Order: sequence, then structure tokens, then C-alpha cells
Amino acid sequence: MIAAITSLTILGLSIGFSLGFAAKRFKVEKDPLIDDLASLLPASNCGQCGFPGCAPAAEALVKGDALVTLCPPGGRALAEQLATMLDVSADLSDMEDKGPMLAFVQEATCIGCTRCFKACPTDAIVGAPKQLHTIIASACTGCEACVDICPTECLVMLEIPETLSTWRWPKPEPTQRPSSSGDLAIA
Amino acid sequence: MRLFKFKGGVHPEGNKGATHCAIEQLPLPARLYVPLQQHIGAPATPVVKAGDKVLKGQLIAQSQGAVSAAVHAPSSGTIVDIAEHQAPHPSGLPVECIIIATDGKEQWIDLDVPKEPFHLSEKEIARRISDAGIVGLGGATFPSALKFNLGLKQRVETLVINGAECEPFLTSDDRLMQERTQKIVEGIRIMALGLNAQQTIIAVEDNKPLAVHAMTAACESYNDTNVLTVPTRYPMGSEKHLVFTVTGKEIPAGKLAADIGVMVHNAATAYAVYDAIYEGRPLVSRIVTVAGDAIRQPRNLEVLFGTLASELIDYCNGFEQEPARLLMGGPLMGLVIPNVNVPIIKGSNGIIALSQKEVRMGEQSPCIRCSRCVSACPCGLMPLDMAANIKAGNFDRAEDYGINDCISCGSCGYVCPANIPLVHFFNYAKGELKARAVAKQQQEYTSELAKQRQTRMEKIEKEKAAMAARAAAAKKAREAAAKAKAEQEEKEATS
Repeated sequence: MIAAITSLTILGLSIGFSLGFAAKRFKVEKDPLIDDLASLLPASNCGQCGFPGCAPAAEALVKGDALVTLCPPGGRALAEQLATMLDVSADLSDMEDKGPMLAFVQEATCIGCTRCFKACPTDAIVGAPKQLHTIIASACTGCEACVDICPTECLVMLEIPETLSTWRWPKPEPTQRPSSSGDLAIA
Repeated sequence: MRLFKFKGGVHPEGNKGATHCAIEQLPLPARLYVPLQQHIGAPATPVVKAGDKVLKGQLIAQSQGAVSAAVHAPSSGTIVDIAEHQAPHPSGLPVECIIIATDGKEQWIDLDVPKEPFHLSEKEIARRISDAGIVGLGGATFPSALKFNLGLKQRVETLVINGAECEPFLTSDDRLMQERTQKIVEGIRIMALGLNAQQTIIAVEDNKPLAVHAMTAACESYNDTNVLTVPTRYPMGSEKHLVFTVTGKEIPAGKLAADIGVMVHNAATAYAVYDAIYEGRPLVSRIVTVAGDAIRQPRNLEVLFGTLASELIDYCNGFEQEPARLLMGGPLMGLVIPNVNVPIIKGSNGIIALSQKEVRMGEQSPCIRCSRCVSACPCGLMPLDMAANIKAGNFDRAEDYGINDCISCGSCGYVCPANIPLVHFFNYAKGELKARAVAKQQQEYTSELAKQRQTRMEKIEKEKAAMAARAAAAKKAREAAAKAKAEQEEKEATS
């Protein structure tokens, strides 16, 4: 009885310690940068970058298998952020930045097939079978996952129109004079 | 009372020649373009439609959301359309407007005038101010009722009335204080009642002696109301700097004046409060200074909201020369407007047309780090370093340097010998930081949606699997039962 308890305790302790040691010693390091990058990506897993989702894309970025310009919905702003995070200089000049886009259902051609809203990664499309579908603009990331899937090509991507609330001051030109806009106008 | 001196600031030429121009009523225009967005916050929602007849003062758009303000018909007439029209904004983008064809009768709607304004409760005063669509008339256009509601929650010791009007050219508040003194003072007393303020300080810059004299005489009989003459120094009219000057208390970064027990309202807002409480009239007009070297006859005009700026210019006998720059508001903080085809809104305290001579046209040259902008900055910031970082696209650094404390007053640009458009850099950076914050919020929202969808899909997957397993088990049971039955029958048959 005592021999059994002792031997099992020793066995348990030795296995436990060796496992604990192995976990510390042979730990597979996961780059914390991957999580940081993944939090920047849209998380919609739309797949436009060619990777199965945003987390694998972040991994590929860290490994150097992907360019910082990989994410079309993120656009130039995201590419810049990724470049600073990875400390690489990226040539963003020829990156096509269409600016934020929104999907739009053309009412005349929508047949209510429900394919698009099953494909939407952020549930931004509402609808029911044989009913007109529509887009919730605030939830749309512009990932275009719905565009190709539509059998009647009724989904189009539209640019978000600039309004007074989204308008921002442009960067001043190097030759700009102080008085040319919003700045001091008197000498 | 002791005054405190804030650091920095500049002394631009006053150019307040229009101080001798008495307020005149602008003749009624044939059409009014009343924007739904005349304030900070969400645009108002129209409650009328094309073809409706409206009376002066009738509610035509109600406030929506937490920060918003109601809009009323500035004159009686017919709604022609609700359509887009150019906004009084440097972008030249359109804004949704209610277009009214006036009928010339100026017929007021039935007004709800309280019998005893001084017996109204604080809540009732705040409600009436909200219903009247009053916003801060100094130019910031923050809905005033919100400040009163804040006053209900937070203890307000001091009410400061801002009559500084520190921007060059502008004289609208000055004339209002000279000509409608009694009404402003009544408005101030209602405000003090609504905020439950212990004392009231009316601060006027010393370049307006007539206004100071008139206000002092009108306040003589009230012990808790003092008129203070503050030195003329730009930006005296900034809330933070005025509060420091008259109370010696500094508003902490990112906090409101209410957090240190002070509430600031503009003198013109006090007049609007008088109109709303004593006369029951909503805010439908304001005093606008039309000035600048390019204007033939500078004037102070009482203008209905929605009147196009071109009507004001015409009334002032047009342009003497082609204006080099058109501004809505003063020359330091006002907004450049692309042309005169824009409506007057609640925040328009002036239309300034500057001549070529008045506009600074020097070439931009590199920064020589003379640090004149540092001495001039009234917020204690380092404009040269902020601008250099912004130029290099280093917005986070600019944030560390305190760009969020910048009030865009333009003092730095005014003293810069290198003609660097400093404020433009800061406005650009503030816009960029705001855009980033909005994008981040949007990204968090959509990734939350994506996660929710993923968990839902997994759950559906699991349920499907469970259902399939149940179906398989049922099938198996059925088969077993059938087999047993067959065996039973077989047994019976053999026996």
C-alpha cells in the first residue's frame, strides 16, 4: 500500500517536472507581432489577400511572405501602419488606393437569391429569399466578397461620397501661402 | 476684481471701424436657404415638406440625437424645396437646406410667452432654450441647452459672459451690447437663474469703451453681476483664456469649463436667451458684421438665417474692389468661403472681404527655429515642432507635443516670419487623427461583427452535426426495431 502510494507519487512528480521543464525549454515562440498585426487587419477574413483569413495573413506578413500592400479594404492607411509596425520601407506610390468603398445593391436586378448575405463576413447584408436585399452601410468593410458571388451582377462597389462631416483639411503644399485657406489672413 | 494674465497671445490691428455702424435690419430676401446643419453635432431632421406654408418662428427641423439643435423658419412663406446648397465652408461641399420663398408678411407663429420668467424652474429654462434652437453665437455653435443641462448636474459657481470679441473687424457683439444692453442683461439674469450661478462676470475687452459703459450702467443695481474690462489681447475670447483671465483658474486639458465650476456664454447668446424666454421667440436671426477693405460700406446687419451672403454684400453697396479673400467669421479663426453664394447660419458673426493689401502674400520659406511661435502660443505649445512632425507625417509625435490642446487660434501663424501655414498644418493633423480614430472605431465594430458571425456559424455547424447524429441514431433504432420485428415474425411463423 505505502509502496504503491510512494511509487505513484514519485512517478507523478517526476513526469510533472519533466513536462514542465520541457514546456519551458522547448517552447515554440510565437511572435507577439502576429497578434499586433492581426488586430490592425479588418478581421473580416474576406480572403482578397490570397490567405485564408486575417490571422494567417498577419503570420505571412511577419514571415515576410506577403507585402504590406496586401489588404485592399485597408487601403493605403493600413499599408502605412503595417510598414511602420514591421519597420520596412514600402513603395506605396503605385498602390491603388480607391479609398473606402461600400457595396450597393441595385434594386432593379436583385432577385433575392440570398447568396450575397451568406457570403458577407460582417453580416452587413440583410434580406430573405425572394426579397430585395440591402446593405447596412455602417457594417460594410468594402471587402467585395459579395460582388462576384451575385448571379445577376447587381452588386456594385461605390465610393463613399465626401460630406461636410467626413471632409478633412488637405496637407498644405510646400509653396502654400499662410493666407490661402483657414490660416491667418491679415498681415 | 483682480485679473490674471495668460501667457502668449498677439496684438493684431483691430480694424474695428464698423463699431460706429448702428445695427440695421437687412431687407427681407425673396428666398432663404436654411441649412439643417448650423451647429456642432448631428444635423436636424426636417418636419416640413415642399409646398408647405410656414409662419415665422415655426419649427421646420427638429433636433436629433444627443448633440443637435432645432431649426425654425426665419420668415413666413412657402417651402419651395429641401435640397442641397453650397455650405459656408472652405470645402465648398453642399449641405441640405430648406428653401423658403418668403411672402413678405413676416407673420409670427403663436408664441408661448411665460407670465413670470423669473418663476421658471431651471429645467423649464433649459427646455425653452433647447426648443428655441439656441446655439453658442460666438462662432463655435455648440447647442446651448446642453450646457444648461450640464449645469443641472454640475455645480456652477461663476457664469462668465464673453463679450471680448477679440477678432479684428468684428463688431457685432459690440453693437449689440451698446444698443440692446437691457435685453442682454435680462438674458444674462435668466441664464444665471437657469444655471443657479452664484456670481456673473461680464468680460469686455477695453477697446469697446461704449459697450463697457452701457453694460456697467445696466448692471449697477445687481450685486452679483460685475462687468470686467479685460485687456485687448488676442485670443481673449477663447473660453480657456477668458476663464483664466477673470478667475485665475485653468481649465485642465481635455476638460470642460463646467468641470471647474465655470460656465461661459457669449453676449449674443444671452440676447438670444432673452428673446426665447421673454418673447417666446426662437432663434431666427443674428447680427452680422460686414467689413473689410474690399467692402464699399461696412455695416452691422440683423440678418435672418438662410439669407445668402451676396444679399448682405449688395446691401453694403457691393465690393469696392475684387476681394482677395472672403471669410465667414474673423480673419484669424474664420473660415474661408469660396464665394458669396452661401447662406448665413447661426455661427456667422461676420462676412469679411479682404483686399489684396490686407492679405498676407509672402512666400513660404523654411523654418529658422526663431521660436516666435512658441512665445505667441497662448496654450503653451511648440508650434514649430508640431508642424515639423506633421510635415514628416509623424502624427503620433505631434499628439505627444499636445496638438489636441491647440485651439487653432492662429497666433503662431500671425507672428511667423517664414510665412509657414502653421494652423493649416494643425487642422490637417487634427483631421487626420480624427479620421484615424473613426477608422479604428469602425474596424473594432466590424471585427466584432465578424467574430459574432464566426461563433454563430460554428454553433450552426455543431447543431447540424448533432442533428445528423440524432438522425443516424434514430435510423439505427428504427432498423434494429424492424429487424427485431422481422425475427419475431419469423419465429412465430416457424413455431
